[in-house]
Amino acid sequence: MFNTQFDNSQPIYLQVINEIKKALVRGDLSPGDKLPSQRDLATLLKINPNTIQRAYRDMELIGIVETLRGQGTFLKQGDNVVETMRNEMVSCLVEEFILQMKSLGCDDEGIVSVVSTKVTEVHAPKQSSKLK
Amino acid sequence: MESTNYAVYSKGLTKRYPGADAIRGIDLMIGHGEIWGLLGPNGSGKSTLLKCIAGLLKPDRGQIHVLGQAPNRTTKGKVAFLPEIDYLYRWMKIGDILQFVSAMYHDWQWDRAEELLKFMNLTHDQAISSLSKGMRARLKLVIAMARDAELVLLDEPLSGLDPSSRGRIIDVILKEFKAEHQTMILSTHEVGETESLFDSVIFLEKGKVKLIDTADTLRQQHNLSINDLFREVYQ
Repeated sequence: MFNTQFDNSQPIYLQVINEIKKALVRGDLSPGDKLPSQRDLATLLKINPNTIQRAYRDMELIGIVETLRGQGTFLKQGDNVVETMRNEMVSCLVEEFILQMKSLGCDDEGIVSVVSTKVTEVHAPKQSSKLK
Repeated sequence: MESTNYAVYSKGLTKRYPGADAIRGIDLMIGHGEIWGLLGPNGSGKSTLLKCIAGLLKPDRGQIHVLGQAPNRTTKGKVAFLPEIDYLYRWMKIGDILQFVSAMYHDWQWDRAEELLKFMNLTHDQAISSLSKGMRARLKLVIAMARDAELVLLDEPLSGLDPSSRGRIIDVILKEFKAEHQTMILSTHEVGETESLFDSVIFLEKGKVKLIDTADTLRQQHNLSINDLFREVYQ
């Protein structure tokens, strides 16, 4: 379910949140699913349990998960949660990409044409399904 | 008192030595339930600082509080210290050593010790003299982690070990660390494999604190891994 290689130059708790969001958007996780316990996830990812705790707490604050006392942490159910998240993540990525391209001096048509040729050439690496 | 909010609290902590690795004016506030990395090259004062926290060295100046008190017999009973040196008697067997240390500590957990021993591929009847360096390091960690200590101090637990022993040791630390009632300080001069263990890190240089912050804050501020930051600081 998760990419277990972290980029150590970025805050790790943010990467944990991102991996969970991505798994949700991809469909590897669904709303209502129970997340692994903090301890299990810490051992699996080989990171500090407090880092996982912080990631879970932040996800709770932004409303991605809810913790039920004594039962664990669950991905929140709701209308269009996944859809909204996907749209957010996609538009974030695209905006960043467009800004970068423009900073290289590409014009609008240039960007569109590069994307349309590249889109068939580039393949995503297989996601590891270590957790499921 | 303010210091009871912290597992370790120090102000202006100073220990002089005729030798080199003294510490000078160390201020620390280490919260309960956290894992701290004590980083620095050899001779930067890491062991001296850990020994002051363990109550094995008396500071010359400054204040230190461990679990809310100045180090004393009570705090020593709640602190597990894994020294860098090889302290195991070579003529003993693993079983003898475990019997010996289990009698010394009231918080010794036999079931945990057996489990750890198995995980580390060690058995009671092995003689210390027959163990490799990596196996002795694993045994030292078994001894430190089989106690239910409130404060665990590990001095260079990975130094000079083969990759598989290092991996095992990191796994055990993550598996056995109980954030609800434990705090851990781990010193190392090899940061790569350990950096994802740390909540916060202290960079020591010539006995003084060079950098101190949460690991994620440092990553964000410098856009570097702790390992790369370490290389940059001590290049």
